[in-house]
Parts: sequence; structure tokens; C-alpha cells
Amino acid sequence: MVSVYIPTPFRRLTSQQPRVHVEASTLADLVSNLERLYPGFEGLLYDDRGEFLNHLNVYVNNRDVATLEGKGTLLREGDEVAFIPAIAGGVR
Amino acid sequence: MVFTPEQVSRYSRHILMPQVGGPGQRRLLESKVLVIGAGGLGSPVVLYLGAAGVGTIGIVDFDVVDLSNLQRQLLHHTADVGRLKVDSAADTVAAMNPDVQIVKYAEPITSDNAMDLIGQYDVVVNGVDNFPARYLVNDACYFLNKPLVDGSIFLFEGQTTVYLAGKGCYRCLYPAPPPPGMVPSCAEAGVFGVLPGIIGSIQAVETIKLLLDLGDSLAGRLLLFDALAMEFRQVKIRRDPNCPLCGDNPTVTALIDYEAFCGVSIVP
Repeated sequence: MVSVYIPTPFRRLTSQQPRVHVEASTLADLVSNLERLYPGFEGLLYDDRGEFLNHLNVYVNNRDVATLEGKGTLLREGDEVAFIPAIAGGVR
Repeated sequence: MVFTPEQVSRYSRHILMPQVGGPGQRRLLESKVLVIGAGGLGSPVVLYLGAAGVGTIGIVDFDVVDLSNLQRQLLHHTADVGRLKVDSAADTVAAMNPDVQIVKYAEPITSDNAMDLIGQYDVVVNGVDNFPARYLVNDACYFLNKPLVDGSIFLFEGQTTVYLAGKGCYRCLYPAPPPPGMVPSCAEAGVFGVLPGIIGSIQAVETIKLLLDLGDSLAGRLLLFDALAMEFRQVKIRRDPNCPLCGDNPTVTALIDYEAFCGVSIVP
């Protein structure tokens, strides 16, 4: 199982759970499984070309997957995946 | 600059520390910091920088105090509702530390005024609440080679880092904003009142460290905070060679139309 950190803006899809555990051997696998478990999840991650959205960073064990193998990054038992979108709040 | 007896007493806990001392305290009193946004993040930043004796603090905010701000914006008080935030902030700081000069800019930050405003300061602290202004402040700081202490919050989560030219920028981290409507604002979704206190206080720490050239800044690292899990996480930020601003072949070479870039209005 891979541990997945769910950022606050996405938690409406996971019944407010901040962390879920999912079987997956690659990052692309993980996204498919998340979409199956939590319909709509993929739309928060991918653009219409199926690439990660530009305002979202994905980390495996706190390493940016852009510096790993992107969606093909291999996942192992106990790995942690974190989705971190840009947020804008400050003033109001 | 010679300290008055009152200053020796006021700043004694800093002057006692070898990392600050008399010379460091003098440097703070001679420093100029621009704080963009006098709201949730700007409040702890201005309060701590003011208490520390940062001599000149510019505050950019065109908004007036609303009763719904007071749950987290400690610069403002109930009697300030309806007043300009820059006026309220200046009064709060004046009551706390008369050594500090507050320069008030009751206007939005725009492509027309950003270079002029930012050019006058040593460090910029970002506490804006929208994506167009985030990209604008990032780009202007890069062009002017000014350190940018960035922070943002949403619900129970916050992010903070320091951008120094050559060590990555906001565009390296997030090349484009979310599509309009995809991420709700704090006004729509809410925000946990203490959260900006945590993130803004970290921004104040980083600002003073930069002014005094102390320790290791957050440059190259994004610090993430989740209040519900009570977890801090750090991830690396790298300069992206393909960044349109600070990459090897930049295409953004002057300030642009940030509302068009983000597909939204800069003034909500």
C-alpha cells in the first residue's frame, strides 16, 4: 500500500480524510485507482492531455516527480505520495 | 546611529544575543521592508517586524477593515471596521513602537506601480490573496533582484518559502495558475483563524534572518503546514531551466497583463 496525502482542497472527495492508502505500482496506476475509489479525483490532477496540471506538484517521499519519472515513477510498499496544489489566500 | 536609553531597553533582548547585538539591531532600524497585504498574513508580519524595530515598513492594501477580518487579522480592531487597513495598521504599530515609520499605499499592486514600489525596499513579504498578484509580485521581485518572502494559506493548510533570484521562483514551482473557479478563495471556503498567524510568523522570521544575514533561509525549500494533522513538510524547489522568467531562455522579460494570464480579475 502507498500512503497518499490529500491536500485540504481535495478532501471533499475523500470524506475529509487527509490521508488514504491505495495499492499501486506506478504513479499513473495510483491516479487510476484514486479515480476508481473517489470519482472526480483525476480531474483535480490531470489536464485535458492527461498531464499533471501546472498548478499542482506531486511528490514521492518529498521528491518532486518531475525530477523522477513523472507519471511512470515506480511506487513501493510504504512510499508516500503528496499532491500539493498552489493556494492563494492571504489577505481577505 | 546611537541608541537612546529607551531603545537600549526596548531592544535589550535582541541586543543581548550575539547573533543580533547592537550592530544587528541598528541594521534592523535602518531596514526597509514592503509588506503586500495587511490581512491574515500581513498582520503577524507587520506586528513582529514592527516590534523588532524594522525602521521602515511599507504596507500595500487598498481594502477597508471588515468585521469578518477580525477573526484572524490582529492588526485591526473592532473600532477600525470601515477604515482603510493601512490606516488601521499604522495606528496599531504607532501604539506599539514609535521607532517604526509605516509608509501607507492604499492602492492595489499593479503592473504600473509594482516596480516603483518594490524598488524602494530591501525585502518584500507577500500576503496577497489572489493568483494574478502572486505572479506579478514574483516577476517584479525577480527583475529587481529583491528577496521575496512568500506565504499562502487555505482552510487548514499553509505554504511558505523565500525566493532569491537564481534559486527558483514562483513560476518554477507553479508554472501556471489553476483554471478560474477550480480553487475557491478563503472568502468562499473559509480559513482557520490561527493559520495565518503560524505562516505569517514564519515569514517574519525569514525576513529578519534575511535582513541580518542569519542562518539558512527557506530559499530552495517549500515549507508546508497542515494544522489538522499538525504536520510540517519540506520539499525542494529548484530553478527550472525552462522557466519563462528565470530559466535559461526567458520569454517573460517585462511585467505582463496578469489578469489576462490568470483569466481572472485582480481585484475580487
